[in-house]
Amino acid sequence: MDQPKTPYEKPILVKYQNGWSDKFGRLQAITPMTHIDGQPVQDLVEKYGSPLFVFSERTMVSKCRELKELLALRYPKFQLAWSYKTNYLNAVCKVFDREGSWAEVVSEFEFEKALRLGIPFSRIILNGPCKTESVIEKALKGGARIHIDHFDELSLLEKVADRLGIRPEVGIRVNFSLSSIPNWDRFGFNFENGQALSAVKRLVIGKRLTLSGLHCHIGTFVLDPSAYREATAKIALFAKQLHDEMGLSIKWIDLGGGFASTNTLHSQYLPGNQVTPSFSQYVEAITEGLENLNGSSSEFPLLFLETGRALIDEAGYLITTVQANKRLSDGRRAVVVDTGIHHLITSLWYRHEIVPAQEFGGTFEPTAIFGPLCMNLDVIRANILYPPLKTGDRLVIKTVGAYNVTQWMQFITLRPNVVMISRNGQCDIIRHQETLDHLTALEEVPPWI
Amino acid sequence: MDMALLNRLKDIAISDSGFIFDPYSGATFNTNETGRFILQLLKEGNGIDAIQSEIRNHFKTSEEDLRSDIYEFINLLKEAQLLPKNFKF
Ligand SMILES: Cc1ncc(COP(=O)(O)O)c(C=O)c1O
Repeated sequence: MDQPKTPYEKPILVKYQNGWSDKFGRLQAITPMTHIDGQPVQDLVEKYGSPLFVFSERTMVSKCRELKELLALRYPKFQLAWSYKTNYLNAVCKVFDREGSWAEVVSEFEFEKALRLGIPFSRIILNGPCKTESVIEKALKGGARIHIDHFDELSLLEKVADRLGIRPEVGIRVNFSLSSIPNWDRFGFNFENGQALSAVKRLVIGKRLTLSGLHCHIGTFVLDPSAYREATAKIALFAKQLHDEMGLSIKWIDLGGGFASTNTLHSQYLPGNQVTPSFSQYVEAITEGLENLNGSSSEFPLLFLETGRALIDEAGYLITTVQANKRLSDGRRAVVVDTGIHHLITSLWYRHEIVPAQEFGGTFEPTAIFGPLCMNLDVIRANILYPPLKTGDRLVIKTVGAYNVTQWMQFITLRPNVVMISRNGQCDIIRHQETLDHLTALEEVPPWI
Repeated sequence: MDMALLNRLKDIAISDSGFIFDPYSGATFNTNETGRFILQLLKEGNGIDAIQSEIRNHFKTSEEDLRSDIYEFINLLKEAQLLPKNFKF
C-alpha cells in the first residue's frame, strides 16, 4: 500500500536572527483561537461578514466586577464612570450602565448620547477642555457634575449659573508633576506652580459656584501603579489643605482613567500580558495615596474612577480574512488582510496579538501583516514570526475593544458589522456595517456642477 | 547545471529538521519540508519540471501550478546567496 502523502506547504527559507525568542530562549507560542466566547469564528464570519468586530459581554462584566470588588475591599465610597470616548457604542454603554457605572462624557454629542440612553443628569460627569456654552447650560440645568478645565471655562460657568440663578457644586481638574510619567499639563490647573490654588480662590471669591470636587487624569496606559500613589497623595493633601486653610469640604475626588490593558506598546520589550499591572496593584496604590486625606473632613469623599481601556480592551476582538500572500523586496513575507489601520487605529500604538482562527502547521517565518489601504502606513504588524497562511484563512486580532470603534473611520473601505456575544451565548449585531447609502446620505452635489 | 554551482550546493548542510548551514558565509537558515525536498532535487541537478512532478508524487496537493512557488523559493535562495543571482534552470 502507498504511504500516505505529506500535505504540501509552500516552500520557505528563513534566515536565523537574534531576538526572535523570548527570555527563556523559546519561540513565542501562538495558539489558534477557533472560538470567541463559545462561538465558532468561522460561523461568525459566515453570518456577519469579514472583517468583524466582536465584543464579549462576559469579559466586560467580569472586568468591571473585578475592579469594583477590589475597590470595595479598600475604600468605603466609590463610583465608576464609563469613559464614553473609549467606546460609546450604545450596547457597550448600556452594559456598563447596568453594571452600575455612571457616564463620563467630554463633548455635547457624548452628553446627548448618554441622555438618550436614559442616563439621568445626576449620573453624568462632564469633562474636557472644550465645553460649549450650550452643553454647560444643559449640564447645569440638569444637575450633572462638571469638572472645570481652565480659567475661561470658570468664568463661562459663572456666567451661565448667574443666568440660571443657581449656585451649583462643581469640581476643578488638577494636573501634577509626577516622578515616573510625563505631565499632562495641558488639561486642568497645575498643582505645583500654585495655579490650582489660585483657581480655587478665584472660584470662592466669585461666589457663584461651590467647589465640591477635585479631578485629575494623569495619563493613559500608565504602566507604573506608583504614579497613582503619588497623584492620589497629592490630590488628598490638596483636599486637606483646602479644608484646613479655607474651610472647604471636598465631597468627591475623581482620579480619571489610565490603567493599562494587556496590550503591548511598540516600545515595550516584554509582552503586555506579562507586565501590565493588575487592578489590585492600581487599587492598592490609590488607596495608599488616599490615606493622606487623614481627617480633612468628617466624611470620606466619594472616589470616582473613569477607567476606560482596562475595562473594555480585552473584551474586543477583530476578525479578519487573509486576502493575499506576497514577498517584499528583502524576501520577507507579507500578508494582506481585509482590515487595516482605518478600523484599528490602535495598531499605531500596540503590537497587537494576532492569532489564526484555525489550526495551522508549518514553519514560522518573519511576516508583515498589511491592511487593505493603498497607504504605506497601513501596517497591522510590521514584523511577526508567523506560520504559513492561505488566502481565506481567518485571523483574530485581540484586545481591540478600546478607542477603535470610536476613532475608526470610513476610508477606502466601509466600516464593518459589530456584534456582541452575551453571557448566555446569544450573539447580536450592535452596529450594522455601513453601506454606500449611509456614506452618500450626507453629501450634496450642487446644481451648478 | 554547472559544476561549480553543484559543488556549492553540495557543501550546504541540511538537517532532517530543515536546519541549513552555509559553510561559505556561516549563515544559518530554516526551511520547511517542501524547501528541504526542493534543495535535495536541486543538488541532484533537476530542472523545474522534474521538481514539480516530484513534488506532486511526494506531497498531497490540489494546487494546479506549483511553478510559481518553486520560482519564489529559488528567489529566496538567491536572496540568501545560497544560489548565485544568475542561476537559471
Ligand atoms: C478625563 C478622562 N477620563 C478618562 C479617560 C479614560 O482613560 P483610559 O481609557 O486610559 O482609562 C480619559 C482618556 O483619555 C480621559 O481623558
